[in-house]
Amino acid sequence: MTIKLCAEAFSPWAEIAEYERASLEAGAVGACANFIGSMRDNNEGDAVVAMTLEHYPGMTEGALETIEREAVAKWDLLGCVIVHRVGEVRVGEPIVLCACWSAHRKAAFESCRFLMEELKSRAPFWKKETLASGETRWVERNTPGY
Amino acid sequence: MPIKVRFFASLREQIGQAEMELPSDGVATVGDVWAQASAGAQPPAEVLAAVNHTTAGLDYPVSDGDEVGFFPPVTGG
Repeated sequence: MTIKLCAEAFSPWAEIAEYERASLEAGAVGACANFIGSMRDNNEGDAVVAMTLEHYPGMTEGALETIEREAVAKWDLLGCVIVHRVGEVRVGEPIVLCACWSAHRKAAFESCRFLMEELKSRAPFWKKETLASGETRWVERNTPGY
Repeated sequence: MPIKVRFFASLREQIGQAEMELPSDGVATVGDVWAQASAGAQPPAEVLAAVNHTTAGLDYPVSDGDEVGFFPPVTGG
């Protein structure tokens, strides 16, 4: 289990490869499911040029660790990773990675979905968008995931 | 020890500061902390709170040295 907050752009593919190299036995893994969320150039009909991700240092890490522990208790996992950006994010950059490894696809698919949905509703992050007009605004709520 | 109060995101901008310290005298719950820290302003309908990094309701008890955070609904991911 790993959680990581990144103040700079990260490669989700490099994070997956590094976790597999450092923490997993290749012969035991039968399934890897992952979700990557990245920054769009539009929201609610407006062009968006930049975004700032604020978090609550200490609480955010604790919330992500709790969510991972819940997933590990619920499914038979070989490993899981959450990586999330903080600070200034540019269009096209990854914001979040959730990845889960297991022997079979059911646990990987279901736990990956769980990590992502729980993160969206429980982890203290807040997005502030800068629109093409120069105006800034806080994102007030997430779109439904189910 | 005083109570450390922290505000995040749009709430930080509305209150006009990121953090403050309050004497714990007369402060029993998260709701009391809000009332003192915001000079009596009504909490926004969707305000969330945490005590020592754990989500808590407005009736949750607080004591000396606690850190109480207030923030709007989360929008990460």
